[in-house]
Amino acid sequence: MDALDLARWQFGVTTVYHFLFVPLTIGLGIFVAGLQTAWHRTGKDQYLKLTKFFGKLFLINFAMGVVTGIVQEFQFGMNWSEYSTFVGDVFGAPLAMEALLAFFMESTFLGLWIFGWERLPKKAHLACIWAAAIGSNLSAYFILAANAWMKHPVGYEVVDGKARMTDLWAVLTNSTALAQVPHVIGAAFVVAGGFVLAVSGYWLLKTRAPMWRSAARAALVMTAIAGAVVAGTGDTSARLMYEQQPMKLASAEGLERDTTGAAFSVVPGIEIPRLLSLLSDHDPDAAVQGTEDLQRRFEQQFGPADYRPDQPVVFWSFRVMIVFGMATVGLSVLGLWLTRRRREFPSWLSRALLLALPLPLVAVISGWLLSEIGRQPWTVAGELLTASSVSPGVSLAEVATSLTIFTLLYGALAVAEGVLLTRHVRKGVEEREPATAAERLEPSLMY
Amino acid sequence: MIELWFVIIAFLWTGYFVLEGFDFGVGMLAPIVSRNAEERRQSLETIGPVWDGNEVWLITAVGAMFAAFPAWYAGVFSTFYLPVTLVLVGLIVRGVGLEWRGKVADPRWCDLGIVVGSALPAFLWGAVFADLLYDSLPAALLGGAFTLAVCALHGAVFLALKTTGPVRRRARVTALAASGVAIPVAVAALSGLGSLPALASMASLAAATALIWRRREGWAFAATAGAVVLTTLAVFMELRLQPLPGLTLAEAASGPYTLTMLSWIGLITLPFVLVYQGWTYWVFRKRVRTAIPIGYVAGAPPR
Ligand code: HDD
Ligand code: HEM
Ligand code: HEM
Repeated sequence: MDALDLARWQFGVTTVYHFLFVPLTIGLGIFVAGLQTAWHRTGKDQYLKLTKFFGKLFLINFAMGVVTGIVQEFQFGMNWSEYSTFVGDVFGAPLAMEALLAFFMESTFLGLWIFGWERLPKKAHLACIWAAAIGSNLSAYFILAANAWMKHPVGYEVVDGKARMTDLWAVLTNSTALAQVPHVIGAAFVVAGGFVLAVSGYWLLKTRAPMWRSAARAALVMTAIAGAVVAGTGDTSARLMYEQQPMKLASAEGLERDTTGAAFSVVPGIEIPRLLSLLSDHDPDAAVQGTEDLQRRFEQQFGPADYRPDQPVVFWSFRVMIVFGMATVGLSVLGLWLTRRRREFPSWLSRALLLALPLPLVAVISGWLLSEIGRQPWTVAGELLTASSVSPGVSLAEVATSLTIFTLLYGALAVAEGVLLTRHVRKGVEEREPATAAERLEPSLMY
Repeated sequence: MIELWFVIIAFLWTGYFVLEGFDFGVGMLAPIVSRNAEERRQSLETIGPVWDGNEVWLITAVGAMFAAFPAWYAGVFSTFYLPVTLVLVGLIVRGVGLEWRGKVADPRWCDLGIVVGSALPAFLWGAVFADLLYDSLPAALLGGAFTLAVCALHGAVFLALKTTGPVRRRARVTALAASGVAIPVAVAALSGLGSLPALASMASLAAATALIWRRREGWAFAATAGAVVLTTLAVFMELRLQPLPGLTLAEAASGPYTLTMLSWIGLITLPFVLVYQGWTYWVFRKRVRTAIPIGYVAGAPPR
């Protein structure tokens, strides 16, 4: 164990944790905005109730997204100072744009939305939730553009051992980013859709109130559409990976030697002939590079070292992502079919919908493990090794301290968040109008 | 370009300290100025709609440091590793405390989180910047005490400005007490700097005290805000020469292309941010009250 290992653990733990909340913020924000819009359009009370109900769950989750995100912003400087110095010129720009264009918008308008129920005209209040939700989605674009640059650096040159940006537009329209952004945002909508499905499923088992059917149907549509986006852009990502990150692709497939007409290995031992080549290049006979041959070529190019990421993790995370994620999407398509034209939700389906909460969450985390561990040993592909990215002046004891603090704190908060969400899901929608002035002044969304 | 970006970063930090300064103060003082649950809610609601937006000033300041002066960003945060970790812990417990307190059965833990999470960063930011300037532990402690006291004063004045009834009264008394601490500490902490803004900042604190004594809450708030601005100005004037021991701004800076791009982005977006954040303060300009007696709004359906 040295400071590098712990810094990596800290980054992994805090980032994965941040991303447990992020997808819900991204997807649920839009969903709540949609519900409120439906209320405006139709005037139906059920939409207002649902808006407030899911709005509250959204806010409980949002708080965690915000506070864990702040850690991310500082962490690059704290643990990865060499990396920050190397990439800041390129990487800082999207991060600064994220703060200026997205975070200000989402936090300010969300504050207005939470406290503005009584104070803003109805239309302005509705616009606030849309602005906040759009802000979240914008923020995802900028941070993902930064992340994509690490996999496929473009629009820069290296001067005096530092990356210097030469073309901001190239950074923002990186082919990798353009595939990754819809993939991740789509995945976020699958997670959020799954969350709504699980909550509605729980309520459909208890009551026949038509409101939960509406919520579930809307979420089924959202999940199915998002699923199509995720699958389509996943295919694009795989092809880009073939061109740009061959080592990751080979590791994800456990392919050791360069092969033409490569087979897709479903699990070790079961293979579908030529499918990998087909997926990689839309050509069943395409040549796919293997890890061992790539290792040899990388050694010639970059000098002796091990350029292979952790094989089992990369291999399995790829499969878990696809299976768990697509299972959710499949469930939603099935649900749409079974409940078409006013058909009731069969109770086994409502029960199955409870799975739509954990499955896509596991899928998105696996996706990130594939993406980030598959990039190792590089932080910036072909330019900067993870081992050379870490802060030289930070001691083992310091990283151990912060890692311990964050792990304990995050653990405690996870429990609190779980309890809080469960309690509010159980409580359900508020059935009666607030009776007293005190309650009116303190709508449950506020403090 | 380099100078310009240094000024922008100083501006962002200033905005951060002015805005989050008062919500740190409110967070620390809420239990002191309120006697019951309803009053605690009243106190915290003064910052409810704005604290998250205020915090984004920090995120932007740090993001701008990363983009415009990567080596400075990397140096500062890896050097002050443990203090920054504690700042983050503070911001975490405070954020969830504020967002969750209305949604739990008993907000006691949330309220504790808000107090600790407001006091910790209020102290630590002062300590970090003082240490950056003087590189000595006593200076850091003094700097921390200074920012803690000034945040408390700034927050107390804000509470007096934004509430009614008993909370407003107690906030005024608390502000007077806080200035009794803040002024001597300010003299000790700022005379070391000795520059014009540093001296003006002390004067501004004294003026704030006089104004709150005379119940001119709006002007008093302007004076405490002025003191925060002037102090930040004084600190950044020092940092300009040496942002970090052994590092100059020119060495830390990104290339001219990046700085030009960032300038355009800032120029286009910042005015919008200022306008809509200003609008938030306008929407919530009224004083926050405790709940009106039951029956007052009977019949008025919620919109
Ligand atoms: C795909 C989306 C995505 C990804 C990969 C990340 N984030 Fe994030 N982040 C969001 C999407 C998001 C969000 C949905 O926009 C959040 C969640 C809750 C919120 O308020 O905004 C957010 C919050 C959030 C905040 C708090 C904003 C506030 O106070 O309003 C910061 C400072 C960061 N993030 C920074 C980062 C950094 C430095 C990351 C890289 C390691 C990162 N995020 C990964
Ligand atoms: C939110 C989604 C993300 C998740 C779940 C995630 C997950 C991970 C994990 C698990 C690692 C550790 C890999 C290893 O050490 O073997 C890692 C490394 C890293 N990631 Fe990500 N990542 C995410 C997004 C990002 C983004 C958006 C960036 C940059 C903008 C980023 C930058 C890095 C860096 C610099 C490392 C190197 C440190 C290390 O090796 O641990 N990550 N990430
Ligand atoms: C047909 C199914 C899918 C395919 C072919 C696919 C493909 C990919 C590929 C190739 C990557 C790695 C990109 C890179 O590292 O450059 C990736 C990453 C990722 N996937 Fe998928 N994926 C699929 C389904 C899903 C589903 C259903 C989810 C979640 C609901 C999901 C979530 C993610 C996430 C969060 C990442 C990490 C971010 C990124 O690198 O883009 N994927 N996917």
